[in-house]
Amino acid sequence: MSPQPTPPRAEGDPAIRPRHPSDPPQTPPEKAGEPLLRIRGLGVQFGGFHALTDVDFDAREGEVHFLIGPNGAGKTTLVDIITGLTKPTTGSVSFDGQQLVGHKEHRIVHFGVGRTFQAATVFEALTVGENLDLAASYRLGLRRLLRQPRGHADAVVEALEVTGLADEVDKSAGALAHGQKQWLEIGMLLAQGPRLLLLDEPVAGMSPDERTRTGELIRYLARGRTVLVVEHDMDFMRRFADRVTVLHEGRILRADATVAEVQADPTVQEVYIGRARDDRNSAGRSGAAAAGAPAASDDEEAA
Amino acid sequence: MSALLATVRRRVVGPREELPARIAFAIVAFLLIVVAPSMLSDFRLGLLAKYLVFAIVAVGIALAWGRGGMLVLGQGLFFGLGGYAMAMHLQLAEAPDGQPPAFMTLTGAEHVPGIWGPFESTAFTLAMVVLLPMLAATLLGLLVFRSRVRGPYFAILTQALAAAFVIFLVGQQQFSGGTNGLTVMTFFGLDLADPDDKRTLYLIVVAVLALVFLIGRQLVRSRYGRLLVAVRDAEDRVRFLGYDPTLVKVVAFAASAGMAGLAGALFVPVVGIISPASLGIVPSIEMVIWVAVGGRLSLAGAIAGAVLVNYAKTELSEQLPSAWLYGQGLLFVVVVAFAPRGIAGIGEWLRENRGRLRRGRDATPAAATTVEEGA
Ligand SMILES: Nc1ncnc2c1ncn2[C@@H]1O[C@H](COP(=O)(O)OP(=O)(O)OP(=O)(O)O)[C@@H](O)[C@H]1O
Ligand SMILES: [Mg+2]
Repeated sequence: MSPQPTPPRAEGDPAIRPRHPSDPPQTPPEKAGEPLLRIRGLGVQFGGFHALTDVDFDAREGEVHFLIGPNGAGKTTLVDIITGLTKPTTGSVSFDGQQLVGHKEHRIVHFGVGRTFQAATVFEALTVGENLDLAASYRLGLRRLLRQPRGHADAVVEALEVTGLADEVDKSAGALAHGQKQWLEIGMLLAQGPRLLLLDEPVAGMSPDERTRTGELIRYLARGRTVLVVEHDMDFMRRFADRVTVLHEGRILRADATVAEVQADPTVQEVYIGRARDDRNSAGRSGAAAAGAPAASDDEEAA
Repeated sequence: MSALLATVRRRVVGPREELPARIAFAIVAFLLIVVAPSMLSDFRLGLLAKYLVFAIVAVGIALAWGRGGMLVLGQGLFFGLGGYAMAMHLQLAEAPDGQPPAFMTLTGAEHVPGIWGPFESTAFTLAMVVLLPMLAATLLGLLVFRSRVRGPYFAILTQALAAAFVIFLVGQQQFSGGTNGLTVMTFFGLDLADPDDKRTLYLIVVAVLALVFLIGRQLVRSRYGRLLVAVRDAEDRVRFLGYDPTLVKVVAFAASAGMAGLAGALFVPVVGIISPASLGIVPSIEMVIWVAVGGRLSLAGAIAGAVLVNYAKTELSEQLPSAWLYGQGLLFVVVVAFAPRGIAGIGEWLRENRGRLRRGRDATPAAATTVEEGA
């Protein structure tokens, strides 16, 4: 495959120029091959600091798309914008033709977008089963929420099965091991039944075996869904990515490339992979160490 | 694996110690319905009725604060709304047809004032006793939770509203009876001076408390109850599960307000009077202390806390009136600092330790890390 340039920018394209509050809702007609997620001209500032600048990004149905980049590149910020946690200064995010910018977090979940967090957050006072059950029940009305649940929904059983947490169903989530919490969070995402899943560093702090299991889990999730994975671990990326986008200092360095292309790209190597190699060679560990402090310290938890 | 999954699929989800809880419920019901009326003097039974009225407020606080993490420091407002609604109705019922209540005729009023009018109706009053506080809490909650006001700010806001309500009542003396409050002698045909009728009233209070407890327990055990705990522990995470935490919190807050209103309505006949002194800042804080002492994570604990603290208050303030205020403050500090699970925590601690003993000496303490939250 040849390197794909970022899509050409047309002056009059409403999806490209910054959205104005008076703009009509953008619901373009469904086109074959249209990306499920389409981000155009995205920018965000935190008090003068440009965390993201002019970001264009596409993800298609059924692909595992890795978003990589050094610390502070803006990866989490991008996920935050897609899921409504952060409001962008400029640009648009359309998901299956639906404009996401300006919607509340829980509305965006109802559109079919789910996420996990860089630091796995599960409800520790509840059991594993209860965590999954809540995730699967968000479409229920208040009347049905008020009933005492009997038995688990199919979505919960599926999540227990693929995450391997069936034995822990009655265990309180706070008592799970670190890696299991991350799987539980992915399981909750699966139980929600989203079409786009955003995973922020799903293998941070995991052992090599756990990483492999998580990778397989991600491949499973990608059947009929789109999975966007934020990760530092280059080895993990090589094994499980379909497409890769590289972010650096808030800008797209390389958009929608294959793993081979990213690895062959000298600019990418310079800002990212090169450093990852050096670190890996010296530390004798996977590329998780490349990005520095947070990911590296995670390794201690796994030990 | 698949056999395990099949059992998982079918199994009832939720607390499993159903039977002991039911037995405990039956024992307490027997004590309250049969033993207490035959053992206690009329005076003591009247006091117990008052404690049980307070226990109704406590259930609501355990729900909003213990489960939902909303420190409701102004329940006196809702207690007062229910109480005054009931007192207005009872005063109108006692006054001659079409006449204003007695305290108004003293100041020369000749007509029933406009806002009193609808409370002539029994059905309207009974509805308002619960709906008025719930409506107030819903509006307040939508306003406050939507702008993500939480923690101490929310607590102070509720407190300020209770204080404002007291100022309003004192200021509107011609409608509210001012600091004197409203006095009642009868309750839907019951003569509140008659011991037999008072016993009936006591049984009504017990029945309402049982109902409120069962409603609270259903809320706690439902999916909604878990959602409430999830919002308490990680509100922002809940948004990404597809729920609006504002609505989750409003429901619990409104339910607690409705329970406080119901309690206020029963307080009126049980005590014979409602006045601003029963619903200001201090009473509102006391309500939270009962629940802290009883155990805010447990509805049954909250009930026990309300009864025991108020019993202690009666006993101590008979002997050393001034000591009670300090004693109560000290009790609160001790509970918050050393026993955050309150009286209910003692039972849970015993249960956990018994389990540890049963597992044998070689079981490490670290094995018992999970802390179950009792209903
Ligand atoms: N709410 C905020 N206010 C101010 N600055 C912020 C905020 N959120 C993020 N930033 C800054 O924006 C930049 C991008 O942060 P972001 O968390 O998106 O990076 P990242 O690529 O996810 O990094 P990491 O690999 O460490 O997770 C960082 O410099 C960060 O300090
Ligand atoms: Mg990040």
